[in-house]
Amino acid sequence: MFLDYFNYWIVVFLMMAGFYIVIAHDNLIKKIVGLNIFQASVFVLYISFGKITGGTAPIIAEGFSVYSNPLPHVLILTAIVVGVATTALGLALVVRINEAYGTIEDDEIHKADEEED
Amino acid sequence: MVAHFPALLVIIPLIGAPICMLVRVRDWSWAVATICTWASFAISWLLLQQVISDGSISYQMGGWAPPIGIEYRIDMANAFVMLIVTGIGSVIMPYARESVRAEYGVRRVYFFYTSYLLCFCGLLGVAATGDAFNLFVFLEINSLATYVLVGMGKDRRALTAAYQYLVLGTIGATFIVIGIGLLYAETGTLNMYDLADRIEKVGASRTIGAAFAFLVVGISLKLALFPLHLWLPNAYTYAPSMVSAFLAATATKVAVYVLLRFLFSVFNIELTFDVLPLDYILAALAVIAMFAASTVAIFQENLKRMLAYSSVAQIGYIVLGISLHNAAGVTASVLHLFNHAIIKGGMFLALGCIVYRLGTVNIHHLQGIGRRMPLTTAALVTGGLGLIGVPLTAGFVSKWYLVIAAIEKGWWPLGLLVLLSSLLAVVYVWRIVEVAYMKPVPENAEQVEEAPSSLLFPTFILIGASIYFGIDTDLPLDAAIETAKQLTGNGE
Amino acid sequence: MTSSTAIAFAIGVPLLGTLLILLHKRYPNIREAITLGTAATLFLIVLSILPEVLAGERPNLTFIEFLPGISIAFEVEPLGMLFAMIASGLWIVTTFYSIGYMRGHHEKNQTRFYACFAIAISSTMGICFAGNMLTLFIFYEVLTLSTYPLVAHHQSPEAKAAGRVYLGILIGTSIGFLLLAILWTWHLTGTLDFEEGGILSGKADGPLAGILLFLYMYGIGKAALMPIHRWLPAAMVAPTPVSALLHAVAVVKAGVFSVVKVIVYIFGTDFLSSIHHDDWLMYVAAFTLVAASCVALTKDNLKARLAYSTISQLSYVILGAALATSAGVLGSGMHIAMHAFGKITLFFCAGAIMVASHKTEISQMDGLGRRMPFTFIAFAIGAMCVIGLPPMGGSWSKWYLMVGSADAGHFIFIIVLMISSLLNVAYLLPIVGRGFFRPAPPETNDGNHQDHSHAGIKEAPAFCLFAMAISSAGCIALFFFADRIIKLLEPVAKAAG
Repeated sequence: MFLDYFNYWIVVFLMMAGFYIVIAHDNLIKKIVGLNIFQASVFVLYISFGKITGGTAPIIAEGFSVYSNPLPHVLILTAIVVGVATTALGLALVVRINEAYGTIEDDEIHKADEEED
Repeated sequence: MVAHFPALLVIIPLIGAPICMLVRVRDWSWAVATICTWASFAISWLLLQQVISDGSISYQMGGWAPPIGIEYRIDMANAFVMLIVTGIGSVIMPYARESVRAEYGVRRVYFFYTSYLLCFCGLLGVAATGDAFNLFVFLEINSLATYVLVGMGKDRRALTAAYQYLVLGTIGATFIVIGIGLLYAETGTLNMYDLADRIEKVGASRTIGAAFAFLVVGISLKLALFPLHLWLPNAYTYAPSMVSAFLAATATKVAVYVLLRFLFSVFNIELTFDVLPLDYILAALAVIAMFAASTVAIFQENLKRMLAYSSVAQIGYIVLGISLHNAAGVTASVLHLFNHAIIKGGMFLALGCIVYRLGTVNIHHLQGIGRRMPLTTAALVTGGLGLIGVPLTAGFVSKWYLVIAAIEKGWWPLGLLVLLSSLLAVVYVWRIVEVAYMKPVPENAEQVEEAPSSLLFPTFILIGASIYFGIDTDLPLDAAIETAKQLTGNGE
Repeated sequence: MTSSTAIAFAIGVPLLGTLLILLHKRYPNIREAITLGTAATLFLIVLSILPEVLAGERPNLTFIEFLPGISIAFEVEPLGMLFAMIASGLWIVTTFYSIGYMRGHHEKNQTRFYACFAIAISSTMGICFAGNMLTLFIFYEVLTLSTYPLVAHHQSPEAKAAGRVYLGILIGTSIGFLLLAILWTWHLTGTLDFEEGGILSGKADGPLAGILLFLYMYGIGKAALMPIHRWLPAAMVAPTPVSALLHAVAVVKAGVFSVVKVIVYIFGTDFLSSIHHDDWLMYVAAFTLVAASCVALTKDNLKARLAYSTISQLSYVILGAALATSAGVLGSGMHIAMHAFGKITLFFCAGAIMVASHKTEISQMDGLGRRMPFTFIAFAIGAMCVIGLPPMGGSWSKWYLMVGSADAGHFIFIIVLMISSLLNVAYLLPIVGRGFFRPAPPETNDGNHQDHSHAGIKEAPAFCLFAMAISSAGCIALFFFADRIIKLLEPVAKAAG
């Protein structure tokens, strides 16, 4: 069972790893990295759905009757773009935070905020 | 042209955004944004009339037939929500001109209005679409633009607030994507109405159950249901005034709409509430939200943060209505969508007036402000009365329906809890009243006048609406009742 | 004008007055004249509805459909007519008094005072004429909110604290209990209209009706049923015209009026006595009666004593209604009128004493009667009315209450009423006695510059005296005109009997 569904196990592992990184690390850039890993697991999930056992690439050709589903790939392209945009925005915010606070460690930022008001 | 209204509604702001980016002369970008917003409002009003007279509208993007093509299906629920979003946007735009200019500086306002139009377009797209993945795309368009808007606040904590919102929001959106993916894997379609048919046939398989869980958690994060509300207080507090008002009035409301759409239309009622025990879970979380958030609001010194926690509590009311899942309950939820939007929008606009003149909303610096800025404070207190649910305000009507819904379901202790939590609202609203009116003006306070009329006028429109719709309840109530009927009746 | 438009004007005219008062902030004399004019106009409008009601008609007006199935609607019936006449008439008298008091005491923020007064009277008119429970609830809440600025008028820390108690108790009970009761009634019966014979019979059975009664009675916090009575003494921190308004004219009367209306028109007296669940109400009312009178005995502050006296007198009305007999309900209605005149006279005197002599404690008032004879004579008249001695109107209402107790078979309440009358004598008449017959404290000049003698004290300001004279005359007149009131209230009593 493990080997049959190993791609889904990878999905689960990546998802949890990414999520853990977001929660556990204080460095803001590492959080974004964790977010990316989290999203990458979703990409793998979708692509796994798309592959049909015994299916070939979705281009009509003679002699083939079972094709893999192309739609999940399209969805994932969209999701990847969204992920890239999110990463870009997140990193831009980190640059600004660095300018404003002088640090990108979450705990130091909290301390600076608490002293303020 | 009329046939393309559903698409135009979303596309006009979408095209307006890059135009704003290019228009850098003074604040002409504000003019572009206002024109787009008002045009959308007109279209959504006409769409609502059309839905009332003719029933649901189905629009095929690009002429491709569903379920392969993307369909925009406008029924009473989305028409009403789109009316709320465009209405609030239209009222806030005249306010935005002066407020954003003061907080942001004239030379860079075009960035602001570009992001605003993207956010606006995203909200409308979420509401209009009938395709699940299209919903995710527009949700992310809206969310990303929102992160930018929140990060534009003057205080440097706006940046950390935006970052925190980004991380949490992306996690939520990713959960939604996982849910949609699982649904697609099980049923093979992304069209919401096709999904409804196929899910009914499949029943509650493990995949459907997992999809349901991911979707509900992801959407709950977007709508700030306790305990997934952590991003909201910071985001509302440190964002620019106009953004706080706009977000408080629209972003969570559209997320509630998404929840309604998925719970009632995509997954039908039996699956949601009978097979899976969502009513108990939502009711419990809603009650905790109502009490915990109201209590925390009482102890806040920053008024924007107080209103942010108050929003979390009010969202608790809305979700409570959903958890009751009878006609009165969903009516109460949809009605409170509308009422809370105008009340909270108005109150945040009033706070923006105070920020404009005084630069702060810390309650200790607002002593005697009832005398210095009488009109603004009157608007703020009137909105507060709406939060409490005093009769003759809009808040009373929603509370009425909510308690009736609880009694009709036989869960009358919930009704009592709703009323008791309103008493908590009395405490924090009265804190504002006492500081504003009871304390004398300190001697070394700066001389401030009333806010300029371009700021006051939209504030009074929204607060006035909250009183007007508290007395003449026809428009929102009929829309809410019809929406509830459509959602709970045939699940269409 | 027709009676329907009269109803609309009765609510609208005071609001118009508020606007005019606010506009004339800088012209005090014109502002006072506007208040008087508005009050007089209101009284005439209210009087114009009287003939129709006496003839047995019920003028009504539907304003707007608020929710599907319920409207904001008004319907005038005898109890409401009586209350409206008292409220509008006493507004005129209170305005005269306020002019004398506020100017004599050099109070600040007088415009806000008169403006909020007008709004409060407008909402009182709304309560009087309410045709269903929702309308009554709406105006009940508006009354609470509009009297808050009056209670917290001085804006001192004590006023702020008192305001919190006032608002907290009244809004807490009205939203927590009363609204729940209203919504439940709506759910059970599908209507909230006031109807003779009540709307709940047949729809709610024993224990449920008992719970509903509890929610209604404790939800109407303005009726000051123990233990929801704390707001009344707390509100004493307000200027005396506000106390006069609160305790005689508008707020407490609105409370007990609502109680009677709920008992007669929502529950129906037959239904109520048949379920035997109103017994607890009678006993709580009787307990409040006696307990509040006992507390009043211990109070040295005159206004505090009068406050607890009010709590006690309100329970008379509640007891009468709870007895659910025709004589009991008649006694309740009459007592609303008698107590209004008696108590307002007493408060006028208390305020006059404060303005003229700056004294608030009864122990300081020995011999003051000789310096302020008019004031103390008026106090005596008001006291006798509240105690229930002829020839004051109060005697009639007490009589009917005792008859009602006998009719209901609860003879113990006759004893309770008599004990409480004795207590009333004990805490009211000594003030008059000491004022006239005790010697004044000697002139002293201790180091604190406190002179407890009455040197240099003159009578109260003229406007105050005029108001006191009218209200005392009213006490006496009500004795002779009691039959008119009985005739007015007859349909209500018959519905209850």
